[in-house]
Amino acid sequence: MRCGPEGVSQLKRAIRVAIPFIVAALVASACGGTGTGGTKPAITIGSTNFSEQLVLGELYSQVLEANGYTVTRKFNLGAREIVFPALQSGQIDLEADYLATLLAFVDKTATGSTDPKQTLATLQKALTSKGVTVLDYAPAVDQNGFVVTKATADKLKLAKLSDLAPVGNQLVLGGPAECPNREFCAQGLKTKYGITFKDFKALDTGGPLTVQALVGGQIDVGLLFTSDATIAVRGFVLLDDDKQLQLSDNVAPVVRNDYLTKAGDDFRKTINTIAPKLTTAELTGMNKLVEVDKQDPKDVAKAWLKKQGLIK
Amino acid sequence: MTLLGDVARWFADPAHYQGSDAVQTRVLEHLEVSGLAVLVGVLLALPVGLYLGHTGRFGFIAVNVANVGRAIPSLAAIALAIPIAGTLLGAANGLGFWPTFLALIPLAIPPVLTNAYVAVRGVDGDVTEAARGMGLGEAGILRRIELPLALPLILAGIRTAAVNVVATATLGALVAFGGLGRYIVDGLALQEYDRLFAGALLVALLAIAVEVAFGTFERAAVSPGIRVQQGAL
Repeated sequence: MRCGPEGVSQLKRAIRVAIPFIVAALVASACGGTGTGGTKPAITIGSTNFSEQLVLGELYSQVLEANGYTVTRKFNLGAREIVFPALQSGQIDLEADYLATLLAFVDKTATGSTDPKQTLATLQKALTSKGVTVLDYAPAVDQNGFVVTKATADKLKLAKLSDLAPVGNQLVLGGPAECPNREFCAQGLKTKYGITFKDFKALDTGGPLTVQALVGGQIDVGLLFTSDATIAVRGFVLLDDDKQLQLSDNVAPVVRNDYLTKAGDDFRKTINTIAPKLTTAELTGMNKLVEVDKQDPKDVAKAWLKKQGLIK
Repeated sequence: MTLLGDVARWFADPAHYQGSDAVQTRVLEHLEVSGLAVLVGVLLALPVGLYLGHTGRFGFIAVNVANVGRAIPSLAAIALAIPIAGTLLGAANGLGFWPTFLALIPLAIPPVLTNAYVAVRGVDGDVTEAARGMGLGEAGILRRIELPLALPLILAGIRTAAVNVVATATLGALVAFGGLGRYIVDGLALQEYDRLFAGALLVALLAIAVEVAFGTFERAAVSPGIRVQQGAL
């Protein structure tokens, strides 16, 4: 920019050029964002940090997108300690969760049950003060599974979790960092089964670090999820939960009440088309494609939704 | 203010000084991996830097190694080190100490290499001329003339490498290593901000302590005559 008479006309020209852009930006920002879709408001879907959550997140996102919703994906945020507060604060509108574990998370004193209907009722009551609602749950169940390598199982004769009680103090447990604080993890193993481990190693959430640590012997017992295909593929032994520490962890979407009011029945109906078709076998199958065959969760979700006739 | 109060309470809690996650254990683990990485870095980089400085060859590369080395994304290096450690040293060593240690070595090399090169180049040509005139061989010149004169800058390079490595060793927590990074990574996962802050504070204090310790060592190791000549470095 030069000063003087030529500089002034330069400035005027610059302003004249900039005005349409400024106006366009104002119009775009006013028209974008939430709320103007009428009955199909834009939604932000979040997920926690393991691969099944990416698949579930994609399922919900794509079924909504196919029905005219604008979806913002905020996946892989962290553990429930991060994702649930994000749901409560409105940073995300919906996330996929598991009935019994979510109940234990929001209310440490509540008792879940092995009957999903009962767990759902208790959960919904506990969530009324949090401003969120649980929609229809699926038959698919994903619980915490404690696995050992075949060699360890053979050496120590381990088939069920009670078998760990006498030998626990010689073994190292590996899992996500929040495991020592969770009733369905190390805490529950101690109170229900009387298992105290020699040490705990924080790795990842039922992911490749845990698998590698099991294979490499850095941990003896690892937490993997029961719907994880890696267990079968790697020949790990999933120790049977004979004292029923794990409860009904059916998959269900959890959504903010204010979004539900805004979006109404069409949203509820669309989202609930997934639950009846999502069995544990279907979910494990999708997990295998992502974790073992290394396919993209987006593609795996799309293929499944098409096969189930939920999208075109 | 409550966060600082929580952090103070965290440090005051005796439970944090017991067991496998104890503060003293984590500090020692952190120092161990950092110390070994710096040691190997020095063993690799110092001879090369001294030789290049003495002969004056490949100066451009030697000087820019420091710049390029600073650009190494340590997080990516640690991730790469997992399969490398696993293949070279067996699956049992694919997590924890070895990938962390291997990924920290490339971080320690650049400051040591560049400083050694620049330090030896910086020795007054007249002095080396005189030494040659007196009949000293090349190795003798390097050992008895150039090295003592270059020592302040060389030690400064090692100090920089040590502080960088101590600060970056926190990444080891992402690959199942211990160290002070454990408090940061676990604190973030569990949303326990007092633990996270305590870990960060400990790393910062440790890095400062390493800096001060090296500074003191430099003052003791460098001959007073040379220190006066070089001025404040």
